Amino acid sequence: MKLKHTALIGAAVAGLLATGYAAAQEQFIGLPSYRVGPFGSNGASLYGGWIDYMAMINARDGGINGVKLTWEECETEYNNARGVECYERLKTKGATGNTVFQPLSTGITYSVLEKVAQDKIPMVTIGYGRTDAADGRVFPWVFPMISTYWTQASAIINYLGTKEGGIDKLKGKKIGLLYHDSAYGKESHAILDKLAAKHGFTVEKIAVANPGNEQQAQWLQIRQMKPDYVILWGWGVMNPTALRTAAKTGYSRDKIVGVWWSGSEEDTIPAGDAAKGYTAAGFNVAGTNYPVVQEIQKHVYAKNAGNMADKDRVGSVLYNRGVVHGIITVEAIRKAQEKYGKGKPVTGEQARWGFENLDIDNARLTQLGAAGFMPDLKITCADHEGAGKVKFQQWDGTKWKVVTDWIQGDQSVVRPMIEESAAAYAKEKGITPRDCSKES
Amino acid sequence: MGFFFEVLIGGLLSGVLYALVALGFVLIYKASGVFNFAQGAMVFFAALTFVGFQEVLPGWTGLDADSNVVFWLAFVLALAAMIVLGILTEKVVLRPLVNQPHITLFMATIGLTFLIEGIAQALWGANVRGLSLGIADEPVEWIMESADILVSKFDLFAATLAGALVASLALFFQYTKVGRALRAVADDHQAALSIGIPLQHIWAIVWAVAGFVALVAGLIWGARSGVQFALTFTALKALPVLILGGFTSVPGAIVGGLIIGASEKLAEVYIGPFVGGGIEGWFPYVLALGFLLIRPEGLFGERHIDRV
Repeated sequence: MKLKHTALIGAAVAGLLATGYAAAQEQFIGLPSYRVGPFGSNGASLYGGWIDYMAMINARDGGINGVKLTWEECETEYNNARGVECYERLKTKGATGNTVFQPLSTGITYSVLEKVAQDKIPMVTIGYGRTDAADGRVFPWVFPMISTYWTQASAIINYLGTKEGGIDKLKGKKIGLLYHDSAYGKESHAILDKLAAKHGFTVEKIAVANPGNEQQAQWLQIRQMKPDYVILWGWGVMNPTALRTAAKTGYSRDKIVGVWWSGSEEDTIPAGDAAKGYTAAGFNVAGTNYPVVQEIQKHVYAKNAGNMADKDRVGSVLYNRGVVHGIITVEAIRKAQEKYGKGKPVTGEQARWGFENLDIDNARLTQLGAAGFMPDLKITCADHEGAGKVKFQQWDGTKWKVVTDWIQGDQSVVRPMIEESAAAYAKEKGITPRDCSKES
Repeated sequence: MGFFFEVLIGGLLSGVLYALVALGFVLIYKASGVFNFAQGAMVFFAALTFVGFQEVLPGWTGLDADSNVVFWLAFVLALAAMIVLGILTEKVVLRPLVNQPHITLFMATIGLTFLIEGIAQALWGANVRGLSLGIADEPVEWIMESADILVSKFDLFAATLAGALVASLALFFQYTKVGRALRAVADDHQAALSIGIPLQHIWAIVWAVAGFVALVAGLIWGARSGVQFALTFTALKALPVLILGGFTSVPGAIVGGLIIGASEKLAEVYIGPFVGGGIEGWFPYVLALGFLLIRPEGLFGERHIDRV
């Protein structure tokens, strides 16, 4: 009887230890997603791609060096207050707490900017967020990776320069800027003014009130101004409305260049034929003809385990952007494990080191099946942006077609602006910038 | 001068579309004294249900997705869904609240808004869809050639449709038995009940008609900028229209829509550049607020007289 009792206790202890070990071999990723509300469609595609990539890593590789990825979604509805609530709810989950916070919202980014430093959780904002956080000396916990808004604006001007046959040919040209009347939209002003002064073109700024489902007045103004090009800096319903109203007022769509938040299927499909010929920037491309997407189809969708309810959206711009989020997250954890112990889950602080030392070169992109899918990316202590380049894609009426190679933003203009703005923030907050020569 | 008229005409045509959404509010307010906060959600639900049926019908019937049969079948099914939604709203939400203060009914419609938005996305998904009504959104050539003024064919079509709908509803209210009953209910629930008018029956009809109006509004707005959650925001465009035109007047919705549409566009073009632009979101509300101070019942609303 005593022996049986001891055996039962032993089994229970072993079970608890096994459960604890399993939990210890998991890496938790909190996902502050949005699948309902005004931008639910965008969120569903992006978080779908991200989750599918992590599911593929688990299914194909058994996790990262044996550490399985786990995740939990928290619905923010793209609402700042809910975003903060999700941040608090997710931060202590998992064996080592939340590894990284990626809210996909500039508003939520600003709301938790100081919290992430206190809680030692890195915040990665790929293609959005606070631009001057690219200065890692002032913002050690924030990573506005791949390309900031300012770099994107500069890359768009460089693209228009190539269309004209040289950047010097932009002199005397008139560029319209149709922007969402919000902090996001106004991010474009300072950099475009600076570039206009440098290259000799003029910028006509035209605001569109949120949500942007009515733009008759703006496009009639554009018709009067007759700009050589229009940069579309929109979000959500503003984008298809802009394209349709441009068509209505006779403005050629091949003279409109959108930012990456204006360049997805969610923007062009509702615009119908009016979107044909429209071009947009992107730090990732669309399509299923990349090995990384095919691996997801093979290891996840072939087993009916995909996250996307609408499987036709696999390979869309936003879905693939989600895959990019997955790649960066996984590679940073992998990098952190190399320093802090392979096969062990990392803490937020250790993951931060992984992000700061991320180096995804072209050889690694090829190994990942993502060559040409996203740009090569090297993050350093001082530079939390990395690549700083985008490709341009044109909508042919049914799909996006890549029309350029990677185009770099003008860092000689952008970087000093970032450093100046970050220094002002540091002064305001009493932050002493890190000395990167002393970081290892 | 040509540019001024271009902006003015564009604004007037947009105003008719605002009026179309405002009409749904007016119908329900007239019959029950309830400000239906859920009208924008109904527009979204109607349009999403229509495109949802357009997507699934070819699979169910084997018909070509672009055929007229699929279009009209989807329209009939979406209309049926709106009628069912209207009847359910009356039975589940309004009937238990008869004789409750108006604020209670208003709060109930706020809850209804979130419910309808959630059900719509749960049924059909949150994907953004395109919608084509087969009318090109391009300038009318002869106006363009003769006066160099841009007038959209689609906007003209939408304005004509909205105008016809308003005229039909005005006639319906004025000359039919149900219309008279509706007006009686609008004047006094208790009195209408005491002379044998079936209140619940009338409410169900009104909510169903408001559902039909929401469907037409949803199709037109959906064709303009895609069927997506932002359709719920069309309600925001209707509020200043209602304040101006009066909450109880069908022609008031049209006149209010025209004033708001024209003034917001002219303000955006001629005042906007001096204040940084992007003013058409709030300008109609400022206009409506000013109007409210002068004539609280709106242009065509019923003047409220208290006898001491």
